[in-house]
Amino acid sequence: MSTLSLTSAFTLLLKRDMTLAYRRRSELVNPLLFFVLVTAMFPLGIGNDPKLIEAVGPGVIWVAALLAALLSLDAMFRSDFEDGSLEQFMLSAHPVSILVLAKILAHWLVTGLPLFIAAPLLAVLLNIPGDAIPTLMLTLILGTPVLSLIGSVGVALTVGLRRGGVILSLLVLPLYVPVLIFATDAVKTAIVGIPTTAQLSILSAMLVGSLVLAPLATAASLRISLS
Amino acid sequence: MIVRFFHQMGSPRYFYGVAGKLIPWFMVSFLITLVLGLYYGLFVAPPDYQQGESYRIMYIHVPAAWMSMFIYVVMAVSGLISLVWRIKMTEVVVISSATVGASFTFLALATGSLWGKPMWGSWWVWDARLTSELLLLFLYLGIIALHSAIEDKRVAARAVSILALVGVVNIPIIHYSVEWWNTLHQPASITKFGKPSMDMSMLVPLLTMAISFKLYYGAVVLMRARAEIVERERNARWVQELVQEEAK
Repeated sequence: MSTLSLTSAFTLLLKRDMTLAYRRRSELVNPLLFFVLVTAMFPLGIGNDPKLIEAVGPGVIWVAALLAALLSLDAMFRSDFEDGSLEQFMLSAHPVSILVLAKILAHWLVTGLPLFIAAPLLAVLLNIPGDAIPTLMLTLILGTPVLSLIGSVGVALTVGLRRGGVILSLLVLPLYVPVLIFATDAVKTAIVGIPTTAQLSILSAMLVGSLVLAPLATAASLRISLS
Repeated sequence: MIVRFFHQMGSPRYFYGVAGKLIPWFMVSFLITLVLGLYYGLFVAPPDYQQGESYRIMYIHVPAAWMSMFIYVVMAVSGLISLVWRIKMTEVVVISSATVGASFTFLALATGSLWGKPMWGSWWVWDARLTSELLLLFLYLGIIALHSAIEDKRVAARAVSILALVGVVNIPIIHYSVEWWNTLHQPASITKFGKPSMDMSMLVPLLTMAISFKLYYGAVVLMRARAEIVERERNARWVQELVQEEAK
């Protein structure tokens, strides 16, 4: 058996997943489109009063990001599970949690990062003042990886199920609440013009914490799902 | 001695027998404490000087809320044990607890909202405790849904154990974030049972009810565990013999 270092295994897996995503470009756009569409529905639902839209703006963007992340989660392990490559990862000599981390990173690059890039546009649509947009971007870059990380545990638990979608949202959404609370609050605080260090620090802490713990839980869940 | 105890309790057949003997004891002591707690709570304890008689729903509400958290911790601990040592009986405890826990959470929410209508003037407010209790209910429902979705019950039990552990790590974070969110968004005029010191005449019935609910949980979890064991071991010889004996 040839020895492959952990780092190269990680980068190989990441490259493979990115290539796969790139080959299916139309699917790549879907979460982003969904994000934009859901955000655009809110002003139509609540009326076009600029003050009202500004007040709910941060919440709307974050709830839409949450739903977009949820929508794309199921794809994280699905195709690998169906063609059996997931079982091969389990058999590999490397720790599964690290390999899982590569897949989560790939998933975030494909689904989380586009949301981050599209956010300023949506912020303008929702009357969020320019001064608060950097904070919104910061919360997204800190918060969306947490969504992918926590979500990966849920996906790993439901990947073997035929109707996993609804259960997945039931498992994952309650765990997303802290991210939602602190991220939207950071943006709202920034709109008023108060420093947001506290909220951003907590979001960073959540990112670090889930970065350490979630891959372990995901690896354990995958082992159970494949047993 | 202790090793032997755990070894025996790990055997489904032995557990089934012991649980069957324990259930009547739990049931009887539950009924006694329930009657005592309700009598002292509803008739003997004095009315509250601010809330009048309507505070008495607390004797159901507060123990139910305590149970909702207690049962989740029991689930997480038995989940950890079943993941680490692969003890079948703790797996059964995780599953059997989930529905009871969800029921207590729902009871706490329902009684809280019944109490909230006359006190706060609305059935529901986005109060920190109500919100975290609601999220706890969702966590319970997720566990139940995941368990029923997985065909193989041993696999389901292990999946649910992981979920319970992930939940127990998150519950404090969820709770504190909701509390923080609440203090920012709502005036702190609402404090539920804000007085930390409670008169003995009210505290004693409350604690009696808390013990009563725990005994009820003990009885129900053992009943459900027995049913689960028989279902899992339905091909084992002792279960077949048991069924034949029952049939006679």
